[in-house]
Amino acid sequence: MIRVLVAKPGLDGHDRGAKVIARALRDAGMEVIYTGLHQTPDQIVEAALSEDVDVLAISILSGAHPTLVPRIMRLLHDNGMNDILVLLGGIIPEDDVPAMLGCGVKHVFGPGTDTNEIVEYIRKNVGER
Amino acid sequence: MDVNTVYEGILAGNRRAIARGLSWIDEGGVRGKELAHRLFTHMGKARIIGITGAPGVGKSTLVNALALRLRQREHTVGILAVDPSSPFTGGAILGDRIRMQESVDDKGVYMRSLASRGHVGGLSRAAFGAITLLDAAGFDTILVETVGAGQAEVDIMRYAQTILVVLAPGLGDDIQAIKAGILEIGNVFVVNKSDREGVDLTVRSLRGLLSLTSEASGWTPPIVKTQADRAMGLDDVVEAVDHHQHHLRQHHVLDDLRYQQAENILKQALEDQLMLMQSAPGQKALWDETVKRILSGNDAGSEARRILREWMGTTVQGD
Repeated sequence: MIRVLVAKPGLDGHDRGAKVIARALRDAGMEVIYTGLHQTPDQIVEAALSEDVDVLAISILSGAHPTLVPRIMRLLHDNGMNDILVLLGGIIPEDDVPAMLGCGVKHVFGPGTDTNEIVEYIRKNVGER
Repeated sequence: MDVNTVYEGILAGNRRAIARGLSWIDEGGVRGKELAHRLFTHMGKARIIGITGAPGVGKSTLVNALALRLRQREHTVGILAVDPSSPFTGGAILGDRIRMQESVDDKGVYMRSLASRGHVGGLSRAAFGAITLLDAAGFDTILVETVGAGQAEVDIMRYAQTILVVLAPGLGDDIQAIKAGILEIGNVFVVNKSDREGVDLTVRSLRGLLSLTSEASGWTPPIVKTQADRAMGLDDVVEAVDHHQHHLRQHHVLDDLRYQQAENILKQALEDQLMLMQSAPGQKALWDETVKRILSGNDAGSEARRILREWMGTTVQGD
């Protein structure tokens, strides 16, 4: 069973996309933990740790990803949780993608991505435990 | 991580070990079973409180408020919250953390969402193993929230010591509907959203129904009014739980419960063994043949005995 945490960090108040993804992953047979809006990096990593998820799917539309994502990645690293597959979605300008990948995000999914593509990506890349 | 590392980590209260152990128990495989089995002997210190009730009455909010209140008393709290899995895809959306944000921010609280994974009865198949694990990890109180429950979701009574049944005003006739189900298993009744219209009617009809039933142990379930989102009435809930726990100890009910738990473990282990033997390589032909005998009118009981003899004649799996 693949467990996924869908996380909305920061002040960004738009979670329609995150909910669509959560629903699609559930329909693909995964267990999706959704923790609601306005999560801090600490809260996200604590939830990922407690729920022992295989995948962390972060959704950011506010432009705060250059600050928030590295913080989340550092906390994951500090907790020895390098085996989690971290995905990023929302509005991430193309110029920012290399930096996101550089700090440990495995893939960035932009607007309009087919949810099946995300499901397939997770199935293919999720690690054994 | 191997079973030993996780086991030692859990006993030391390490959160990662706890989280990983719960995953193993949840997946129901060999390592999870070994772990749960080893942890069972460390069980018996925690107070295990079940929280059940219809969908939308405020169970998660109550659990959050209750956890915060217990933290004020320096109790550490483990929370298990079960949500339903889709019967079609097996997937699930587990949203209980949303309403438990305040309490999960506290380092003295560990919260885990479980999906029911096709198990009916209001909990997941792994629920007891998960409770065992949190107990062994040293949490003072374990709060177990069932899926939104109606009549048949009474699994919780097998595992929890004190059961809170949560209701909300406006359910009127629904009280009638659930009188034979979860109403029978409640040790404490919580009427949540008590600022709503109709709260007195709910309390009255509840009192009426409860007067018709009496517990053999002499416990009279109290009815407590709360507004969990504002943390109102929570002291009364905690007090009612304390009273019930005291009552359990005075009447030595906990020993009976523990015996029942061990019995349930045995039953589940037996089922697991049967499943293992059935799915063992080379057993398919025997199975198909037996199913066909039943189709052609043979007695299922004697066929079951025959198949058991065949299985026992070969090897018992997992040794």
